[in-house]
Amino acid sequence: MSGLVVRDLKVVFDGFVAVGGVDLDVPAGDVRFVIGPNGAGKTTLIDAITGLARASGSVTFDGRELLGRKVHKIARLGVGRTFQNSTVFEELTVLQNLDIAAGWNRGPLTLLRRRSSVPPEVQRALETIRLTAVRDQPAGTLPHGQKQWLEIGMLLVQDAKLFLLDEPVAGMSQEERDATGELLGELSKTHTVVVIEHDMDFLRRFARTVTVMHAGGILSEGTVAEVQADPRVQEVYLGHAVQAQEA
Amino acid sequence: MTTLQDPPIAPSAAGRSARRRFGPGTGSRAAAGFAVAAVVLFAVAPVVLGDFRLGLLAKYLCLAIVAVGIGLAWGRGGMLTLGQGVFFGLGGYAMAMHLKLADAGPGQLPDFMQLYGQLDALPWWWRPFTSPAFALAATVLLPMLVALPLGLLIFRRRVRGAYFAILSQALCAAFAIFLIGQQGTTGGTNGLTDIQGFFGYDLNDPINRRMIYFIVAAVLLAVLGVAWQLMRSRYGELLVAVRDGEERVRFLGYDPANVKLVAYVVAAGMAGLAGALFVPAVGIISPAMIGVVPSIEFVIGVAVGGRASLVGPALGAIAVAWARTALSERLPSAWTYFEGLLFILPVVFLPGGLASLTVFLRRRSGKKASA
Ligand SMILES: Nc1ncnc2c1ncn2[C@@H]1O[C@H](COP(=O)(O)OP(=O)(O)OP(=O)(O)O)[C@@H](O)[C@H]1O
Ligand SMILES: [Mg+2]
Repeated sequence: MSGLVVRDLKVVFDGFVAVGGVDLDVPAGDVRFVIGPNGAGKTTLIDAITGLARASGSVTFDGRELLGRKVHKIARLGVGRTFQNSTVFEELTVLQNLDIAAGWNRGPLTLLRRRSSVPPEVQRALETIRLTAVRDQPAGTLPHGQKQWLEIGMLLVQDAKLFLLDEPVAGMSQEERDATGELLGELSKTHTVVVIEHDMDFLRRFARTVTVMHAGGILSEGTVAEVQADPRVQEVYLGHAVQAQEA
Repeated sequence: MTTLQDPPIAPSAAGRSARRRFGPGTGSRAAAGFAVAAVVLFAVAPVVLGDFRLGLLAKYLCLAIVAVGIGLAWGRGGMLTLGQGVFFGLGGYAMAMHLKLADAGPGQLPDFMQLYGQLDALPWWWRPFTSPAFALAATVLLPMLVALPLGLLIFRRRVRGAYFAILSQALCAAFAIFLIGQQGTTGGTNGLTDIQGFFGYDLNDPINRRMIYFIVAAVLLAVLGVAWQLMRSRYGELLVAVRDGEERVRFLGYDPANVKLVAYVVAAGMAGLAGALFVPAVGIISPAMIGVVPSIEFVIGVAVGGRASLVGPALGAIAVAWARTALSERLPSAWTYFEGLLFILPVVFLPGGLASLTVFLRRRSGKKASA
């Protein structure tokens, strides 16, 4: 079975149920948006899939069980993620960031030598994320939007098959959002993409399917139109979003 | 904010300085640096300094070798290795044991064992050190073999930061206490003293003492070469990534414990090598030289010189050791306070150490020029 399959996933922090029995199917090639009010458990869901949060139930990707594996072992199975606050290696250059992301399977001899040329997959990623011109700049000096792109580039060279992106367009300009959305569409040809997002406009334009989370559970699922038409979603999430926009 | 469509074309000043710090540091520049260091160490110092001062410098260079390892583990790897005394001691004792046995002559017990001990035969764990090859290998491999399981345990369990530093210190204290307790077989508080010869060379002969200096200087250069290659390699970049984002690195498929382990074990080997050279250079190794206080002192030099740079730690270690000698000759009581200041000042005001001063000055002059 290909794609991401989550069954009865439960994450409990000191008695507080952050994710309570979630079932989720993201078929290969989907661009799935996961939305929900603050504290709904979206990030915790990704944390559980990637091995950061202890969880019960079952998560399989391309047929392999992920739960119980260590974080770096899950990453090696092709599961890549970004973080809500971008977490690039600030003191290293863009190129170095990408080169490290491309290298977990390098042998000791390669590691102990200097990088003599830019690996082809890194070069391709640099072009895809449009950071070729700043490749020798420390990642810490990049504007926020470019940092987010760098993170996506790191997933590309890491050879992730499943992209789990936690609020990738937060803090981006409109132009950057459009570019990101187009990139996600391109990616979905060869990857499975899960995006956590609050931005409804971005969602309407780029989501293929949507899952709505609320209070650690799944409230609704379907196409953008179906989800928007769901009265429970309007009550819980869209109502919240409207309030948030007014505030 | 720059849009994705038109990113800045020219790399910024910060970009250039980052490349200077992490990037190639072009091979020819490094070669020039090594050439200058070699000239200073092999041509200038032996001519300018008398036998006594050159002997002191040999001792400082030993401390510099420890410092290079700390620079790698702490500066690049973020592990505050406050316990290098253990590895320095292992290397030092391994060497001193062999030299004591050689001094005593075949079949004889070292002098201190005859003095205190009710021993009639060499303890079993002393015996292999009769072999020069075993002893030499042990000076480096023993510390590394101790560091390997220790590091594995520490890094797998994700012991970090202050906990790691305190654990390192505790190990140092335990090691020193152990040595003191085993008076009959380790020389106790006195340590292994009065070392007369070095692989057949009489250490009382000034010529041979000069030779020791040259060996120490050559080893320091070699150790710097190893550190240089590690820092510029892909591994070096990965190590910095682990230092700055250990959790993030996991999500890229690496086990950061293994990455840290390499730097930790290499630093331990360097400390062991330094301890081994310290013995013929100074003629003694004792618990007082490897315990908690000396372990902290190793780190002070590194902090002063700049922990993340290549030569900063070595220069800092030499400078601090020199200042210590100069100051404690004149004002013995003032040194302790001064040393405390030396540790605090760079940590608070100049986290990059003296090495960062050059970057800072260069940046300022650059600003003036462009203004
Ligand atoms: N490590 C933790 N320990 C205890 N509680 C936690 C932990 N991580 C998250 N939580 C709680 O779990 C709930 C879900 O958090 P989560 O971060 O998954 O929400 P989210 O949907 O990503 O929200 P946001 O939109 O604000 O990012 C929150 O109530 C949060 O306080
Ligand atoms: Mg979140």
